[in-house]
Amino acid sequence: MSLADDKTAALPWWQGRAIRRFARHRLAVTGTVMIVLLTLACVFGPPLLPFDELHIDLRARFSPPLTGDHYLGTDPLGRDIAARLLMAGRVSLLVGFAAMLLSTFIGVVIGIIAGYRGGWIGTALMRFTDSFLCFPQIFLLLALAAFIKPDPLMITIIIAATSWMEIARIVAAEIRSLRERDFVLAARMSGASHVWIMFRELLPNAIGAIIVAATLTVARAILIEAYISFLGYGIQPPLPSWGNMLNNAQQYLASAPWLAIIPGIAITLAVTSFNFIGDGLRDALDARSDLK
Amino acid sequence: MTARRLTVTDLSVTFRTPDGQVPVVHGASFALDAGETLAVVGESGSGKSVTSLAVMRLLPAPPRAQISGKVTFHRQGRDLDLLELPERQMRRVRGDRIAMIFQEPLTSLNPVHRVGQQIMESIRCHRSVSSEDARRQAIEMLDRVGITEPEARLMAYPHELSGGMRQRVMIAIALALEPDILIADEPTTALDVTVQAQILDLLRDIQNENGMAILFITHNFGVVAEIADRAMVMYSGRVVEAGRAEEILTRPLMPYTAGLMRSVPRIEDAGRSEQDLGTIEGFVPDPARMPSGCAFHPRCRHFEGGLCDVEVPPLEDAVPGHSLRCLRWRSLEGARG
Repeated sequence: MSLADDKTAALPWWQGRAIRRFARHRLAVTGTVMIVLLTLACVFGPPLLPFDELHIDLRARFSPPLTGDHYLGTDPLGRDIAARLLMAGRVSLLVGFAAMLLSTFIGVVIGIIAGYRGGWIGTALMRFTDSFLCFPQIFLLLALAAFIKPDPLMITIIIAATSWMEIARIVAAEIRSLRERDFVLAARMSGASHVWIMFRELLPNAIGAIIVAATLTVARAILIEAYISFLGYGIQPPLPSWGNMLNNAQQYLASAPWLAIIPGIAITLAVTSFNFIGDGLRDALDARSDLK
Repeated sequence: MTARRLTVTDLSVTFRTPDGQVPVVHGASFALDAGETLAVVGESGSGKSVTSLAVMRLLPAPPRAQISGKVTFHRQGRDLDLLELPERQMRRVRGDRIAMIFQEPLTSLNPVHRVGQQIMESIRCHRSVSSEDARRQAIEMLDRVGITEPEARLMAYPHELSGGMRQRVMIAIALALEPDILIADEPTTALDVTVQAQILDLLRDIQNENGMAILFITHNFGVVAEIADRAMVMYSGRVVEAGRAEEILTRPLMPYTAGLMRSVPRIEDAGRSEQDLGTIEGFVPDPARMPSGCAFHPRCRHFEGGLCDVEVPPLEDAVPGHSLRCLRWRSLEGARG
C-alpha cells in the first residue's frame, strides 16, 4: 500500500505548492510587497513626518515636491501633502478592507444558502442578487451617499452593500457543485446538521475562489471610495482620503499638477497591487496551473 | 436467540419526476439481527441503495420522494420508528447508532480536512468528550482498522492516502461510535481485489468483536459468499429471493438469481471463450415503464406467456426461511440448468 511520505503529510497547506506557485508569480509578489510597504507607511509614517496633515502653513502654499521640508509639496492651504497622503491612505485602505470583509461576509452567507438549499429559496436569493447587479453601482452609491452622513463607517457600509453580489454568485456556483459530492452525504450520514455541512464541510472547499474574489473586491472598494470622495459625496474634508485629495486638485491641474498626480499614483499603486495579488492567488490556488 | 436490530416492513419509495410518479422500491420487508450480515444483491437500478437511504431518511423531502411502510430500530428493548422520528432525533441516530460507508472512499472524505479531524469531529458530534479523548479514540480506531502509524496518519489529508486506506478511514469514522447497525453500500467495489478481501476481513473481525449488524449492499456474489449470513436479491425494486446466503448461492430458485450466478466469471473458466459466460439478455426495466406481471419476464429464459406477464408473483416460501417471487419455480426446479 503506498503511503504518502511523512514530509508532505506533515506540511500544512500554506507551506505547500500553493505558496510556491504564488511566489513564482512575479507581479503578485511585487503587489504584495507594495501593499505591505504602503500599509506600513500609512500606519507608522505620519508621526515621523515634520508636519501633521492638518497643519496650515500659508507662506508655503503650492510648494512643488522636494522643496524645503515638504517632501511631496503642499496643497492650496499650505498643508503638507506627504502627511495628508499617508493619513488619507489610512482611511482609504481601511475603508477598502472593511468594505471587503463586510461584502465578503454578506456574499458568502447569501451564496452558501442559495447554493446549498437550491429550490425556491435559492432561486429567490439569486434573483435578489441579480436585481442588485442591475443597478449601475456608481449611481446607486451616489444616491445613497447623498442621503446619509458621509463618514468612513457609512461609506464602508454602502460600498459593501453594493459589491457583495459577485462573491454571492461565485459562492453559490461553487457550493452547487460541491453539495453533490459524496462527502456531503457522508457527513449527513454521520449526523451532521445542515448548518455544519454548509460552513464546516462546504465553505472550506470554496475558500480559494472566495479569497481571490475578496482580494479583487479590496481593489474595487478603494477605487469606489475614491470615486465618491472625488465627487464630493464620500469622505469629507478636513479628513483626507485619496479621493477627496483629487477633488481639491482638479482646479489647479495646470498650475500645480502634483496635487493630482501624487494621490493618483497612490490609488493606482494600491489598486493595481491588489489586482496583481488577486491574479497571483487565482493561479496559486488553482492546482491545474501546475500542469502548464 | 439473538437480538433483533432492525425490522423493515413493506417499505416503498416513490420518486416524483417530470415524467410522473416513479415507484422505485415496492414493499420491501426484511429484518436484521445483531451480529448478522444481510447482503442485498442486485444490478444497478434495482433499488438496493435507495432502500438503504430510505432507512436512514436521507432521501429528498416528501414531495420529491415519498416513503411508506415501517422501519423499526430496536435498541435496548425500545423500538424506534425511524420514519416517524423527528429530524433532530434522527440526526442522533445517524452516525451514532446506525453508520454507513459508501462505495467511493475517494470522494466520501472532505478533501480539505485532515483525516484525524474528520474522525474526531464525528466522535465529538455525538459524544461530549474532550478533544484529547477524541484524539486518542481516533488513533485507536485507525490502529484497529489496520492503518500503520496511526498518529502520523491523523495529520494526513485524504489525497495523501491510497484508496484502501481511505476506505479504512471511512470505516474508522463509521465504527468509532460502535454503531448497532452498519450499512455498507458497495464498500469494496472501487477497490482492487486484495484490498477488497482485507476490508471484508476487517469488517468481519469487528463484527465478531462487537456484534453489530451489517446490511451489506453489493452486486458481487463473490463478496456475498465471503461475508453474508443471509442474502436478499432485489430486482426492479422488489425483493425477488431471500434466504440463507449459502442456500441461495448453491441452490438459487428464482431464474434471475440463477442468471446472476451464471454470469459470475470463475477462475476455472479461464481461457474459455467469452460466449461461455452466462449473461442475462436485455436491461433492467425503466421504473416508469414497468412490464406487467413479473418484472423479470421479458428477460427470463423460462418465461411462459399468459402466466408470467399477468400478475406480480407473490413472495412465497420455498422452504422455511427461503422465499422467492416466481410462479414457475416448482416446475423449473427439476429441469434447471
